[in-house]
Amino acid sequence: MTAGTFHATRAAAEDLPEGAAFFEASGGDWDEIAREVVGEERIVVNMGPQHPSTHGVLRLMLEIDGETVTEARAGIGYLHTGIEKNMEFRTWTQGTTFCTRMDYLAPLFQEAGFCLATEKLLGITDDVPERASVIRVMMMELNRIASHLVCLGTAGNEMGATTVMTIAFTGREEILRVFEAVTGLRMNHAYIRPGGVAQDVPDGIEHMVRKAIPLIKHYVGQLGDLMLANPIFKARLVGTGVLELAGCMALGITGPVLRSAGLPYDVRKAFPYSGYETYDFEVPVSHNADTYDRVVLRLEECYQSLKIVEQTLARLEQTKGTPTMVADKKIAWPAMLAVGGDGQGNSLEHIKKIMGTSMEALIHHFKIVTEGFRVPVGQAWQTVEHPRGELGVHVVSDGGTRPYRAHFRDPSFNNLQAVSVMCEGGQVADVVVSVASLDPVLGGVDR
Amino acid sequence: MTEESKRPAVDPSGATSVHREVVPTTVGSRPQGEVIGTRQGLFGSIGSGDTSGYGGTTAPVRFPGQSERPYGGWFDEAVDVLEEVLTEQGVPFGQAIERVVVAHEGSQAELTLWVAREHLVTVARALRDDQDLRFELSLGVSGVHYPGDLGRELHAVYHLTSVTHGRRLRLEVACPDADPHVPSTTSVYPANDWHERETYDFFGIVFDGHPGLARIEMPDDWPGHPQRKDYPLGGIPVEYKGATVPPPDTRRSYS
Repeated sequence: MTAGTFHATRAAAEDLPEGAAFFEASGGDWDEIAREVVGEERIVVNMGPQHPSTHGVLRLMLEIDGETVTEARAGIGYLHTGIEKNMEFRTWTQGTTFCTRMDYLAPLFQEAGFCLATEKLLGITDDVPERASVIRVMMMELNRIASHLVCLGTAGNEMGATTVMTIAFTGREEILRVFEAVTGLRMNHAYIRPGGVAQDVPDGIEHMVRKAIPLIKHYVGQLGDLMLANPIFKARLVGTGVLELAGCMALGITGPVLRSAGLPYDVRKAFPYSGYETYDFEVPVSHNADTYDRVVLRLEECYQSLKIVEQTLARLEQTKGTPTMVADKKIAWPAMLAVGGDGQGNSLEHIKKIMGTSMEALIHHFKIVTEGFRVPVGQAWQTVEHPRGELGVHVVSDGGTRPYRAHFRDPSFNNLQAVSVMCEGGQVADVVVSVASLDPVLGGVDR
Repeated sequence: MTEESKRPAVDPSGATSVHREVVPTTVGSRPQGEVIGTRQGLFGSIGSGDTSGYGGTTAPVRFPGQSERPYGGWFDEAVDVLEEVLTEQGVPFGQAIERVVVAHEGSQAELTLWVAREHLVTVARALRDDQDLRFELSLGVSGVHYPGDLGRELHAVYHLTSVTHGRRLRLEVACPDADPHVPSTTSVYPANDWHERETYDFFGIVFDGHPGLARIEMPDDWPGHPQRKDYPLGGIPVEYKGATVPPPDTRRSYS
């Protein structure tokens, strides 16, 4: 195959526009070219893509004058893995396995967004059992805390406070233990599926979560104690990385960064899904629009999430024994899997039935597992409140068993656009803090 | 364009043939849109009652057509206001908005406005600025490639949110593969900067007036636009315990 066969459209500007200058840097030095062109010395510093404080493979190009950043640009794409394209070649059920790997610190949000969008296309939103929605909400809220803890911990670490990081990661461990008990995995769960969840929560999970909540509260409290009144911390954070509300709206910024500018916009309240309108929680807001406020908001959101988790536990007890997957056998996975003695998801009863007594059940099992279910032609847009902002999922179906197109509007992708406006005019050290307050996760940015 | 690229794209997901049929625009009460392809295969029989698959089942892939009034909820009011605002600005509504589509039901209903590309920026500005519309938050652009929608192969889909009114709206713009130009909306929604770059990178839609339309995810010198349907997924066969698993795009497809 030649290059010509797979792109019918030529590149945007192969021919240079009139009057444009063209510079060739191969074998030469950018420094010389820059001096030749602008006639003065400019220092451009590449921060990343392997810099530890860039949360992965974010590349920041900073033009500096002394310690002052005069221009800041973000370069992304170093972790692009083509997940969206890959999803077009897998069934809708398999899609969750892919999208969970986008933002690896908040995997359950991608799963939930994708599954809610798929359910919208299938027209089964109201048929999803209540227990499945309750489990989804519990898992998402725990995930939100885990993600915020990583954000706060790594931000502290970047400022030299290693204790902040170790406390945050210890707290996160409590949540990952719950995830492991429920889904079998600590991340990349593929637990939420179109129509419900992969399997019911194990017995005694309420007890396990109840035991974890005070511990998480303890660690979040410790983080607050260490950070919020710390004079060094405040000196670094207060008044840096400011992005006012008008700037946030223009740049499409959502999540804690938008709420730190004073707008209480939260998808859970504005466009509720999975029954969020029935939970009692608040959306914390502050008005200084700086990095310090974003830390305060994230800590406060952890407490609000714990409040929701407590409410889900009561509902889990009430709905014990009820289904966790839609009743429609043409969509639901036929076997209720359970972790067997070998540590794998098995359903011995189901295997006994399809292999021993029911030919039709065997055919149905084979068809739905290999072929998948068909989704009516159309498109759907679903957003969920991700720890970093509004995660949008745009799915298109052509009536087949695979998504025709699945697009994820990742909040960190969009929020990184604010790097320039947050960092320019500040100090180089503020860049680290400002980027940390956006909390980008490059797996989600690049997909 | 090479001779090869003129052939209908072989789409591994099953929707292969590219031909337009003359179809009635309404079936029952629901208006139907144009057919953009036909889905063929042994499985997934629709309507014929033949579940054996040997009848060579085919099913048209059809866009939703223009919805009929009342659209439901706030949709009617918003469309009326938009019509008023556009008329005031001297843009005939029928020319700017090609189609109004309401999809899904009840609380899940979604409004899509199909916009003619030359009026996209005017429509976006009206939607953002009018106090009764006020779609002030743009959640980005996503591209979709429909090789079967002849003359309108590339679609750009804009997702707008009104925080003020708690509403959501989708704009859909189409452009032909041969002339893949859509005006940039960055003057109205600066947030669309990176999203348009991404859509250009993956689909080759050129957003005219964008401040710096460079690739964003793929390397700058990458040939082709990877999310298009005629771009192969690629992959290598994987050997495991003596058996070989083919790459995903060459595996058997059931749809």
